[in-house]
Amino acid sequence: MSDKLHLDRASLHQLYRQMLRIRNFEARCVELYQAQQIRGFLHLYDGQEAVAVGVTSALRDGDAVLATYREHGHALAKGVPMDTLMAEMLGKQQGCCRGRGGSMHIFDQPRRFYGGNAIVGGGLPLAVGIAMADQQLRPGAVTVCFFGEGAVAEGAFHESLNLAALWRLPLLFVCENNLYAMGVPLAESDAQPEVYRKAEAYRVTAAQVDGMDPVQVAAAASLAIAELRAGHGPWLLECRTYRYRAHSMFDTQAYRSKDEVEQWRQQDPIARLQQWLLANQQISPEEVGRIDADIRAEIDAAVAFAEAGTPEPLAELTRFVLMDSVVQEQAP
Amino acid sequence: MSRITYREACRQAIRAALLADPRCFVMGEDVGRYGGCYAVTKGLLEEFGPQRIRDTPLAENGIAGAGVGAALAGLRPIVEIMTCNFSLLALDQIMNNAASLSHMSGGQFAVPLVIRMATGGGRQLAAQHSHSLEGWYAHIPGLKVLVPATVEDARHMLAAALADPNPVLIFEHIVLYNAEGELDDTVTAVDIAHAKVRRSGSDISLVSYGNSLPKCLAAAEQLAGEGIQADVIDLRVLRPLDGATIIESVRRTHRCLIVDEGWRSGSISAEIAARLADEALYELDAPVRRVCSAEVPVPYAAQMEAAALPQVADIVAAARALLRPAG
Repeated sequence: MSDKLHLDRASLHQLYRQMLRIRNFEARCVELYQAQQIRGFLHLYDGQEAVAVGVTSALRDGDAVLATYREHGHALAKGVPMDTLMAEMLGKQQGCCRGRGGSMHIFDQPRRFYGGNAIVGGGLPLAVGIAMADQQLRPGAVTVCFFGEGAVAEGAFHESLNLAALWRLPLLFVCENNLYAMGVPLAESDAQPEVYRKAEAYRVTAAQVDGMDPVQVAAAASLAIAELRAGHGPWLLECRTYRYRAHSMFDTQAYRSKDEVEQWRQQDPIARLQQWLLANQQISPEEVGRIDADIRAEIDAAVAFAEAGTPEPLAELTRFVLMDSVVQEQAP
Repeated sequence: MSRITYREACRQAIRAALLADPRCFVMGEDVGRYGGCYAVTKGLLEEFGPQRIRDTPLAENGIAGAGVGAALAGLRPIVEIMTCNFSLLALDQIMNNAASLSHMSGGQFAVPLVIRMATGGGRQLAAQHSHSLEGWYAHIPGLKVLVPATVEDARHMLAAALADPNPVLIFEHIVLYNAEGELDDTVTAVDIAHAKVRRSGSDISLVSYGNSLPKCLAAAEQLAGEGIQADVIDLRVLRPLDGATIIESVRRTHRCLIVDEGWRSGSISAEIAARLADEALYELDAPVRRVCSAEVPVPYAAQMEAAALPQVADIVAAARALLRPAG
């Protein structure tokens, strides 16, 4: 593990706990999907947890986060309660979006979690606007926008980096480079596959980090976010990572070998951090067991909450298409 | 009363909005130094500075999305897209984010965004600067679509749009920018919910909006000379569509001619005709007729462009045929 950032025991435990929460939450989602309680697309974050957890560890409550359709991990790391998240997965009105969004469209206004965007690159321009507003209304707040390496081929990526750089926005672009846009390897979709180097063309400060190492991600994010808060934005972090499972729940995975998947699994961020913590007496086996049990209890409670939830009444179908009737004061 | 151009009315509306609310700002291509592609924002950079009159690079999708984000996070953006033809580059952000976020998030977020764009043909700007896409946008739930045709609406619709919690698109017709009208100084606000009867008559309803409104009014004047009294409806808002005002007019006239600068197939005129068939069939003494743009990319050459767009003579002829069918 990197030693660039001094993390105390509690912070290390928090990184470990958050990654495991995400991993185990999604493992339960898979069961619920197989039981047909979760339907539609389900894009798992399995393997990439260090990115969301490492980056969000450097954030404060008032900071904003945007993510993709593979965003359960970012939502949990940003503090979206697991029970309302699980209820959303099950399409219940107790879900954070009343069951309208589902897996791909998680939003949480109080926690400034702005989705949950299933258009590749769709969140980047929004992040520019949110950072613009924060620059004026919430000095010191930063926006983090997560996206996959597939998004860097979209025009929205280039437009957004340029706008953010022109206006010196407090915006951290985090590219989660998991090497495949669905089945297309990066080298076949981008003439310049070193994503972080694209930032240079827009005079955006950029770094490439090991996205399988939460400490390295946290260190890089802390540095970047401190720069943003000081008015030296924007930044881009390219986190090299890997998803262990299919793009959505099932695909043939003809685009990669089993060996390759296995090699990446050997670098698993959760297993490695646990081993390191144990080897360095930063955690006891009892604490590992207690964290495990706490998470299991949290997930059980979330599933119970979600299963006890109710469907939104059909009479509400067109509610919130327009917000005219909603008392909405988005006070700065 | 004061006589001003539509362009000046648009400019005054923006200036008043900027003075009224520090959260309000303008963002778009050439809105600052250049003063706006159609000179609507001329002088505003000097008065309000580059933070509030923001020149942007040519990045319609990025600009529209940034407007959505800024609105989500508490500002009141006025985004200018030079012409609705270019707005197709921003359609993803307008539809997938601006129009969808409120419903998709279960009502957690409002998107109080205003996007202004120029629309329509008639100035020989050819196919990529002359189309009328407001009818397309009126297809999308979650948006409001405004089509000011008068200096009063050009002057006052913006304030109502900014006060609205929804994304509102305002389509300003390029031919109207130079049009002059009387602005009643005692009117300080307009609604963005209702169509208006601009001329009363009992023989036929002429339903239109934007630059087709003055054409309908000119046609109504000619028809009056022939003893035909036209009721002229200015739709003003294409979404939500004020069907009640249209139907109320048709109940009086029993005949309806819709004039729409959009293409006929799948247009807002088609929607209005369908609503009349649904809700007012037995009020009609004749089929609903439409004068629309020819289904071609609008050409450059003057005679071809004129032939492609609805003209006063087309409206008069269609109205006459409705009232006095041949044979």
